This record gives sequence, structure tokens and C-alpha cells, in this order.
Amino acid sequence: MEKDGVNQERRRFLIATTSIAGAVGLAGAAIPFIKSWTPSEKAKAAGASVKVNIQTLEAGQQIIVEWRGRPIFLLRRTPEMLSNLKKNIYNILDPESKKSVQPNNCKNTFRSINDDLLVITGICTHLGCSPKYLPEIKPMPFDSKWQGGYHCPCHGSMFDLAGRVYKGVPAPTNLDVPPYYFENNDVIVIGQANEGLS
Amino acid sequence: MMRIFIIACLLNILNISTAWPSDDLYPLDKMTPDLLNKASLQRGVKYFMQYCFGCHSMRFQRYQRVAKDLGIPDDLMISHLIFNEDKISDFMFNGMTPAMGKEWFGAAPPDLTLVARVRGTDWLYTYLRTFYYDPVTPWKSNNLVFPNAGMPDIFEPIKGRMIKVCQDPADQNTCSLQPDPKYPGIMLPDMFDQMIYDLVNFMAYSAEPIKLERQRIGVYVILFLCLLLILACLLKREYWKDIH
Amino acid sequence: MASKLLLWIDERFPLSKLFKEHLSEYYAPKNFNIWYIFGVLSLVILVNQLLTGLWLTMSYQPSAEEAFASVEYIMRDVHLGWLIRYLHSTGASAFFIVIYLHMFRGILYGSYQKPRELVWLFGMAIYLCLMAEGFMGYLLPWGQMSYWGAQVIISLFGAIPWIGEALQEWIRGDYLISGITLNRFFALHVIALPIALLGLVVLHIIALHEVGSNNPDGIEIKDNKDNKGIPLDGIPFHPYYTVKDLVGVVIFLIVFCAVIFFFPEMGGYFLEHANFEQADNLKTPEHIAPVWYFSPFYAMLRAVPDKLGGIIIMGSALGFLFVLPWLDRSIVRSIRYKGVFSKIAITVFAISFIALAYLGTQAVTESNTLYSRAFTILYFAFFLFMPFYTRYEKTNLPPKRVT
Repeated sequence: MEKDGVNQERRRFLIATTSIAGAVGLAGAAIPFIKSWTPSEKAKAAGASVKVNIQTLEAGQQIIVEWRGRPIFLLRRTPEMLSNLKKNIYNILDPESKKSVQPNNCKNTFRSINDDLLVITGICTHLGCSPKYLPEIKPMPFDSKWQGGYHCPCHGSMFDLAGRVYKGVPAPTNLDVPPYYFENNDVIVIGQANEGLS
Repeated sequence: MMRIFIIACLLNILNISTAWPSDDLYPLDKMTPDLLNKASLQRGVKYFMQYCFGCHSMRFQRYQRVAKDLGIPDDLMISHLIFNEDKISDFMFNGMTPAMGKEWFGAAPPDLTLVARVRGTDWLYTYLRTFYYDPVTPWKSNNLVFPNAGMPDIFEPIKGRMIKVCQDPADQNTCSLQPDPKYPGIMLPDMFDQMIYDLVNFMAYSAEPIKLERQRIGVYVILFLCLLLILACLLKREYWKDIH
Repeated sequence: MASKLLLWIDERFPLSKLFKEHLSEYYAPKNFNIWYIFGVLSLVILVNQLLTGLWLTMSYQPSAEEAFASVEYIMRDVHLGWLIRYLHSTGASAFFIVIYLHMFRGILYGSYQKPRELVWLFGMAIYLCLMAEGFMGYLLPWGQMSYWGAQVIISLFGAIPWIGEALQEWIRGDYLISGITLNRFFALHVIALPIALLGLVVLHIIALHEVGSNNPDGIEIKDNKDNKGIPLDGIPFHPYYTVKDLVGVVIFLIVFCAVIFFFPEMGGYFLEHANFEQADNLKTPEHIAPVWYFSPFYAMLRAVPDKLGGIIIMGSALGFLFVLPWLDRSIVRSIRYKGVFSKIAITVFAISFIALAYLGTQAVTESNTLYSRAFTILYFAFFLFMPFYTRYEKTNLPPKRVT
């Protein structure tokens, strides 16, 4: 491949190596620009775990708290609600929560640490709207056999009172369960799995 | 080999504290911050919280960052070094806004996050060690480096009362401080110097917490660029064989 | 496949044509020396400033209450934000170093002479734009030096007879420099001036490629062409100068990164110590020094014991640079073949500029003022006597071909 005494082979090799090294350099230079878009320490501080006192939360009552700017539903379920949840498993898409997001200690039928207390991210897994809490068992315009649960007003996804998604709706998975733990009987910490771990 | 030598030289220059433009006439004592000395920095943050935090904040520094960088476990930080109801992710802010400070003290105590970058560590190290008893000022204290400083001599119980002795009263540079035997402190001069060293060391850290990380990354970046330079040189030489 | 795509594009957009005109068939003299790297370097820095600047605006808050804290937010809370900020602050100083050397190259080799007057004028416009950009950008961190530096420079306009006072107030938008001033400076710094700068850079390069590059010998390579019309002493910019400039760029990056990672404050010249303290409109720092790249002109300002006079001197120091192409009456371009007077003059000019830059950063003392006056006179002597010494001095005959 010699032309006019030019070593084309060597040229091609040097161009290739320099280009690769240059590309590596550019990729390295891109790191600060990419990394600076990840949540800053300020965002992390604002998104730190929140403590909620649930002493006054009555059976059948739901409160909404904010963690990382998202609504977190806290629902104290009645024994009837719990027994209903056990019965209605036939039209549930993912009853074992295999494809859904939750801490390991919530990967059970009721999707919670304590059976009665549901802690769930109130964001539909379809496109991010916040589902409505409709606990009564009565016919609804969107479902004549409504058993009580959550209904997303945006695209009609339905979830039961454990946040499990029904078959035949757009949402692909159950509602997420955030990490949480009980500091004592009355105080729950949302956003952190265990004490001491941050 | 040469490259390592150059980098070593660069790093060396860094440790020599920069000459700060200063109109102060008083000769400053040299102090070289050592950011690798975690023990000193840990003592420094403790002294800061004990002696400075009552009046001065570090409004841009988070407790958590200090704990992480200085190797202090979070729970120790919360139990021993956070005196108010703040969360560990909060800024080290004592609650005193500049307006409140101005009302209480006449001039707001400055924020100390960046003070080491404003004044320089030599200045801080000398300033904090040259307070003396001066009955004519409102605080009954004065300072050699910063005459009529707005800050009282909070270290008097520690180092003991100092009195200014001048050979030539007109020339501040001939003055030195002598301990007043009637009011001894609880620390020997060496121990006190070490304490101020630790405190200033911590302020040097907090002025730029990223400094060590910055230098660490810098070494790799420059080594990589040197490699790229070799390739670029070879490429250029190859092509320029055509030019006569 | 690739060639088909290229063909498709070329039928719709002159991609290959542009590439040939400006790179592979742009013939540059083969005798470029180290002085010819700075044009490329300024482009590299321009890209750096645009990218890091864009990223800084993502976390910066242009208000008097938040600006200082948001810079510390970038330095501490944003991941690698400190690196982006140091890239930008060091880039600003590097920009001026490179531009000053680039301009000095032009003066050395007579690159402003016919037919390159417009190249020079566009370049000077870029320089002015850059000064405005640097000045307005320096206010944004809202430190003590930002504030008082801006105070001093805006006060310059106050010396203009009749309209001075009103003009100052109009620029500030307030009775003092305030958040209002900060907001408009921010807008100009991140939108108006960068657009102007980019436009001027395009004009500068188009003008240069129209007339072709000068060279250290200052002779026209287009005077000696082969039978295909290609200059005998010209070589295609690509690949020869792209590979050569790559070496220069990497060397520059090594120095640049050494500053960023090891000396980002550069002993108080790139980031001034007093600027780590938040702006306080009631307390002037003891020693106000402008950033180093303005200091030569600042020294001239201080050297003149009259407010309006000082500003006129400052303005003409820049103005003379603009008219340089018409002051030089020499029949040769390059300093290599100019006479002994030109050589002395250019040396004195360079020394005066550096000395003034140094004096501008120092505190005012009687001797400093005297030195500043002396160097200001020498600086102007270079321009004022240029029509005479360039015309009447004995020059050497340049070679027919580049050396």
C-alpha cells in the first residue's frame, strides 16, 4: 500500500488510534455535563425520608403525605377489606407482585408490612396520574362490579385496595410501594427501608 | 518518570500557601492546611461547633457533607455536633440572619463557609491567635492583625488573658503578646496553637470541600491528555513527511 | 452507503463544497509557526464557554438574593458542578490570554495589512464583544469584586459630559447596582453577546478564507502558483493543519486542565479572593483590582489625573488598535523584514502592555502611578509614531518564497 513513499497502513492505524483516544476523551468530557443533571444534594435533602404519626388514622381512612414530591397513600384497611382482598384474586394481573415495585417485606398478598396499613405511591404505573380512592363496594360507571379500590381518572386503570392492578386496564403493574419502616407503633418513616440506612 | 515529577512539583506548589493580597501590615504566621489529616479536621469541626457556631454559620455547607468527607458516622454527627433541631441534610445555619446579627452586634458576624478563601489560612491562623486584653474597647479585647475587630476574645478562658507589649508604641510590628499571670488559661500555648490549627484547617476544608477530589481527578485527566498528545504527535509527524 | 448519503445531501446542501472550500482545498502557507495556533485555540475555548455557560445557567439564579448562594450550590450540591464552574471561570481567562497572543501575532506579522483589514476589524469587534461578555459575566457571581468592579466600570460612563449621570442610571436601572442590573447583565451575557460573538466569528473566518492566511514571512503565497492554480507554498488545511493543530490543542488542554484541577484561583488572578464574599453595597473591599484582562486599561485610567481624560485615554487605547491597518505604512508586512525602529517599537509596546497589566492589579502608590504614566505614554507612542517609523525606516527585502 505504498504510494509516493507514503505508508498508508501506518496512517490509517494512527488515525484510528487517535480517533479512538479522542472519542474516549470526548466521552470523559461529557461526564460532568451528564452527571450534573442527576438530583443534586439539595434535591436529595428535600427528598429525604418523612415521618408520619398514624396514631389517629382510623380504619377505612386514608391520608396522603408527600415524599419526593409524590403523593403517598396511607390507608388503614378494615378486616372486611382485607378478607375481600383475599377473595378477589382471579381478575388481578399480578397477584404475586412479581413484576411490580415494592420492598421485599411487602411482597405479599396485602402488599404491606403490617396487614392493615397500606403504604403506597399514589402514582398510576400507566402514565403518572394520581388514582382516586373509592372504597365503597357499589356499581360504578366504569365497573358495574366494583369491589372498592383505586381508579385512575386519566385512562381508567383500576387497582384494588392493595394497589394491585386489574386485568384489562392500561396500567402494566401494581402501584409502587415505597420503602418504609415503623419507628414505633405510632410513627412510620417513609423513604427509608430500615433504621440507620440512608 | 518526568511526568510524575512534574505532577509532584505541581502538588508541592499547592501546599505552599498562596501569597494573599493584603494590606495588613502585621506579619502573618504561616499555616499549611492538611486536608488528609482527618483527625485534625474532626477536631476542627468540633471546635467550630463549640466556639464559633453560636454567632457564625456555614450557610453553604451541609452537616451530612462534613460527616461524609471527614469520616464521622451520621449518628455521631447528629448526637454530638448538631446542637439544634436540624436534620443532617440541612445547612450548618445557626438561625441568625444577617439582619438579626446586625441588630444584635452592630455588624453581622460573617458567614464562615468561604472565609478561608477570602482571608487566607495564614491570616485566620494569626488572627485567631492574636487577641489581647484591651480595656478601652466595648468587648474589652482587641486584635493585632485586625485592630478594633468586632469579635470578642472568646478564647480568653482557654489560652489565658494576653497583654500587648510594644517596644515602639507607634509601630504595631514591634508588639508582641505576653500572658497575664493573674488570668491563666486552661491550655498551654502549644495546645492552643494546635487547636487553632485544627479549626483553621477545618475552615480551609469547608471553603472548598472538593479540593482533594479535584486534584485526584486532575492527575488522571492530565495523564490521559499526555497519552493523547503522544498519538497526536505521531499522527502529525506522519502526515508532515509529505511537506518539503 | 455513506457516499450515497453524501450525494443525497450534496444535491440539497453544499456540504462537500463547504468542506473543500474551508478545509481540504483551503490552502494555507506551509510555514506557520507556533503563533498560528491561537486562532484555533480561541475556537476551542469558545465552544467550552458556550457549553459550560449553558450548563451553569441550569443551576444559577440571576437575582441579588440568590446569585451568590446559587454559585455555591453549583460548587457543592450539583454533581461535578464545581468542574463546570471552574471550566467556565478558567476558560474566561484562557480566552483572553489566547486572544491577546492571537492579536499580537497579527501585529508581529502585519496580518492586518491590505487586503486583510476587514479580518482585523472583525477580530477587533470580537475582542470588544469579549470584553463586554467578560465584564457582564463577572457580575454574575455577585461577590464583592463582582459588585465593586462593576460599580467602577459603570461609573466610567458618568464622566461623559451632559448625559453621564443619566446614562449610568439607565445602565443600572436603579440608583445603585442591584438585582435589576444583575438580571439585565445576565440576559446580555447569556443571550445577546454570545449570539453577536458567534456571528462575528463567522464573519472573521469568511473574511479570512476569502483573502487567505498571512504567514510569518508576510508574503503572498498566491503570487506563486503551479499550473493547476494551487499556491506552491500552500498546503491543504486538512489534513496537514488539522493534525498539526490537534497537537497544539492537546498541549493547550494539558495546561488548561492543570489550572482547573490544581490552581483554579490562579493565585487570585482568575478568581479573586474578595469575590468569595457576597456583594455588600455598603462596604468596599480594601483593594479593588479588575480581573487581570482589563488591568492594562485600568492602569491607564488611573494614570490620568482627570476623570474624563482617563476615559478618553482608555477608549483611544482600544481605538488605535482598530485603525492599526491604516497607521502601518510599511512596504513589508512581517517584523522579520521591517526595520530596526519597528522592532524596537513592537518590543516596547509588548513590554508596556504587560507592565500596565501588572500595574493595574496593584494598589495605587506614587511610584506605581509614575510607572503607569510612563508605560501609557510608551503604549501610545507605538501607535502615534507608527506612520513615520514604518514609512521612513530601512526595510529588508522579503524572499520570493516562504522560508
